[in-house]
Amino acid sequence: MNLPIRRLATLAAIMFLALLISVTMIQFVKAPELSADSRNVRTIYEEYGRERGPIIVADETIVTSEPVDNLYSFLRTYEQGELYAHSTGYFSVAFNSMTGVERYENSVLGGSDTSLAIQRLRDLITGDEQRGGGVELTLDPEIQQAAVDALAGQKGSIVVLEPNTGRILAMVSIPSYDPNLLATHNSADAQANYDALIANPDQPLLNRATGGNLYAPGSVYKIVTATAMLESGADMDDEIEAPTEYSPPGTTHVIHNPGEAACGDGSGEATLLQSIRQSCNTPFAIAAVELGEDAMREQAERFGFGQSLSIPMPVTPSQFPDSQTQAELAQVGFGQYELKVSPMQMAMVASSIANDGSLMTPYLVDRTLSADLDEISTTSPSEFSRPMSEDTAEQLTTMMVDVVDNGTGFRAQIQGVDVAGKTGTAEISSTIAPHAWFIGFAPADNPEVAIAVLVENGGNQGFGTDGGSLAAPMAQSVLLTALND
Amino acid sequence: MATVTHLAAHPGRLPEFFLTILSAVISLGAYSLVHLGANGEMPGNIMVVSAIFGGTALLVHLLIRWAAPYADPVIFPSAMALNGLGLAMIERIDIATGGSQVTSQAIFTPLGMVLAALVVIALRDHRVLRKFTYTSLIVSAVLLVLPLIPGLGREIYGARIWISIAGYSFQPAELAKIFLAIFFAGYLVVNRDNLALAGPKFLKIQFPQLRHFAPILLAWAICLAVLIFQKDLGTSILFFGLFVSMLYVATDRLSWIVIGGLLALGGGFVVFQLFPHVTARFNVWLNAMDPEVYDAAFGSYQVVQGNFGMAHGGLFGTGLGQGYPGIVPQANSDFIIASIGEELGMAGVFAILALYLIIVIRGLRSAAYVRDGFGKLLAAGLSFTIALQVFVVVGGVTRLIPLTGLTLPLIALGGSSLLCNWIVIGLLLRISDAARRPQVRSSEPLPPAWDIDDEYWDSGDEESAESEEKTPRDESDADRTDTQAVNLS
Repeated sequence: MNLPIRRLATLAAIMFLALLISVTMIQFVKAPELSADSRNVRTIYEEYGRERGPIIVADETIVTSEPVDNLYSFLRTYEQGELYAHSTGYFSVAFNSMTGVERYENSVLGGSDTSLAIQRLRDLITGDEQRGGGVELTLDPEIQQAAVDALAGQKGSIVVLEPNTGRILAMVSIPSYDPNLLATHNSADAQANYDALIANPDQPLLNRATGGNLYAPGSVYKIVTATAMLESGADMDDEIEAPTEYSPPGTTHVIHNPGEAACGDGSGEATLLQSIRQSCNTPFAIAAVELGEDAMREQAERFGFGQSLSIPMPVTPSQFPDSQTQAELAQVGFGQYELKVSPMQMAMVASSIANDGSLMTPYLVDRTLSADLDEISTTSPSEFSRPMSEDTAEQLTTMMVDVVDNGTGFRAQIQGVDVAGKTGTAEISSTIAPHAWFIGFAPADNPEVAIAVLVENGGNQGFGTDGGSLAAPMAQSVLLTALND
Repeated sequence: MATVTHLAAHPGRLPEFFLTILSAVISLGAYSLVHLGANGEMPGNIMVVSAIFGGTALLVHLLIRWAAPYADPVIFPSAMALNGLGLAMIERIDIATGGSQVTSQAIFTPLGMVLAALVVIALRDHRVLRKFTYTSLIVSAVLLVLPLIPGLGREIYGARIWISIAGYSFQPAELAKIFLAIFFAGYLVVNRDNLALAGPKFLKIQFPQLRHFAPILLAWAICLAVLIFQKDLGTSILFFGLFVSMLYVATDRLSWIVIGGLLALGGGFVVFQLFPHVTARFNVWLNAMDPEVYDAAFGSYQVVQGNFGMAHGGLFGTGLGQGYPGIVPQANSDFIIASIGEELGMAGVFAILALYLIIVIRGLRSAAYVRDGFGKLLAAGLSFTIALQVFVVVGGVTRLIPLTGLTLPLIALGGSSLLCNWIVIGLLLRISDAARRPQVRSSEPLPPAWDIDDEYWDSGDEESAESEEKTPRDESDADRTDTQAVNLS
């Protein structure tokens, strides 16, 4: 019986050899792949065990990692969580997920970024615990707070940019949420909080400024059409066709001006300046048809429509609708039909006019820091595109100042300062209240800030709303704070 | 009459002593590191634990020295190291989950070691067990049926393999495994000639005669029944593997392995078709990383998380107490090898596997050297079962094969399993003592074994294998009465 026993021993050895190979596959060959799997919460635990770096606004740490006595070692804590929620995002162990800067600067905050290699090496030698680096944001706390206060109680978004750099000074999406609710280590609590936020019909987790929902722009888009007109050689003082009613070629549909009013003196012609001040529809519908789809699309894309942009979070590209009939193109001319924009995009439009026609790339991260808060890198401003000439920018500025001085945007006036602006009321349907818009910048002669304000579905005013009455005063209060800063 | 064996008569007690101390140091070191890694301080009860664990080990060593002086010196320390490492790991998972499951395991550990010594002491000659061939069959059958009795059996994780008496739960299949091994050894040593007889030839393989199919069909049916009524895939595989391997050793006929394999595949296929939980296991095995399978109830979450843990541990592990083994469900029982892999790394898993392989090979070595057929079969069967069990468990966790609900012998949480595996170690020690004992005809009387005549005709030497097969006449006569007795009852 000894021969079969020996064979049995050989079989046992082969079985164990198979196990050794199988274990090697998992623990050595496939280990990097398995460790990178997003379902592997150990990666996140590891980052908790390592002290995650802070997020800083204006020299003040707004996100910290507090030492705690549990599996994760550190609890991510958000000071003034609601104020910055959509910029910082949240870092959640319970769902193994992160959003916002937490996610898109994770390599620095978590300490795995190559720029932190020297520090890691030093920690290894000195035996220090590995720590993540810090991220300093461009946000200005006072402007951010002013924007939150202005929107209080209404759904919407305010974006404030520094025109000559692209720094994002404020980015607000209301309603907001408290990231601490999701960062909690108690997964049952985290889950309950998350479920409640998801179930909330007001969608507090949504960053209205950059992502998810895009909005019909309404009349603020006339600035884009006007840019295309000026770029094609028009002048703001030229008389252009501006009838009271206009039917685009190939349709019986009639386009009216707001309130079915006459544009200018009723002669059927008006200057571009008058058309913008009064926010007429017909001259822009006619201009769009005359310029043609290609020119209209090209102008929109130079402002950033359809382009990918990371601030570092991705900004959902605004949409210039695909091939249209003449009638549809006519509607695009004054901001209707299937145009879809983000508040960030419209702030970029305002910012490029303020910056003499040069659109600077918006960015949220000012500097990255080592764990000892030594500077590792500073974001240097870069030009995103040049949507218009300096002359065009100058004429648009004049017209937008006129809108605030004498037109629909008068509620954005600030004593002693020229404010440039354009209001918008984006009609959606007869059953849904329109969105209220305002874009602009100030001071007009030497712009320090550019702004876009969006209030969803008329906010508190509902159907009675328009951009001038609802969004312009919000812009005024935010600009006032920014200029006094 | 066999020639005097050439085996060296090294009792090996001194090496065993040093290895026992080494195992104690490894175990207690692991226990301390668990606390240092998780809490940053030495365990408060280290002195008490050292005294109990080390004291018991020393006592068992002395008992073996006294009762089985020629027992294999490596088996006991290896088993002890596995038990000690398992204990440290169970304590580790307790720290992670806030449980207190280590307590029962800590009580059963010294009990188990002493039990192994008691087996060695009480069983002066393993051939005594042969007398209980059919009793063992009945006992194992009863044990297997116990969990199915309403009120007594309990269903845990869908498998009805537990019984509960007065608050204590027990897994009878573990004990049944030992009794089945005794029965198979006793049965096969008598019937091996019949089973080895030439039958029809097919595809160049000699098949046994049809009427001798009965036992393998019976074993196959028993395993299927266990699987069907108790939903216990692992135990079925184990029993069947035990039987087929012993059948092969008894007959040296490859045909039995082929038939066994075909029956296992056939049974597996039927079960795969009929039982959703087995189908699910296969699906988990093949598509573990698929998000749908991962998120499904009874999906691949556990096995994938186990693999994540092992990957996290890498080559050398996170260090004891410094990983996150608690994430994996059943981290201290079915998935304890994943916990070890995370904190001790590939190196640690290899060491554990090496310890098992040492026990298996030493057990098979004893089977090869022991002189009686019954002892050969019993030692081979028990040793191979350990190998099979480790293969099924570790192979399941690492996705080499589909996952089955078996636990790692000696390491995983579970008092009944621990005690039964220590009994197996005790039996292997006893048989190894017989295998290594110099065969000296001295004035000392032979032990009063019932089957004393074995010694004279059944030699372990291969050269005498032929004569072995010619002389079992009185042997089968003796057993025939046994058979009749069973038939009558």
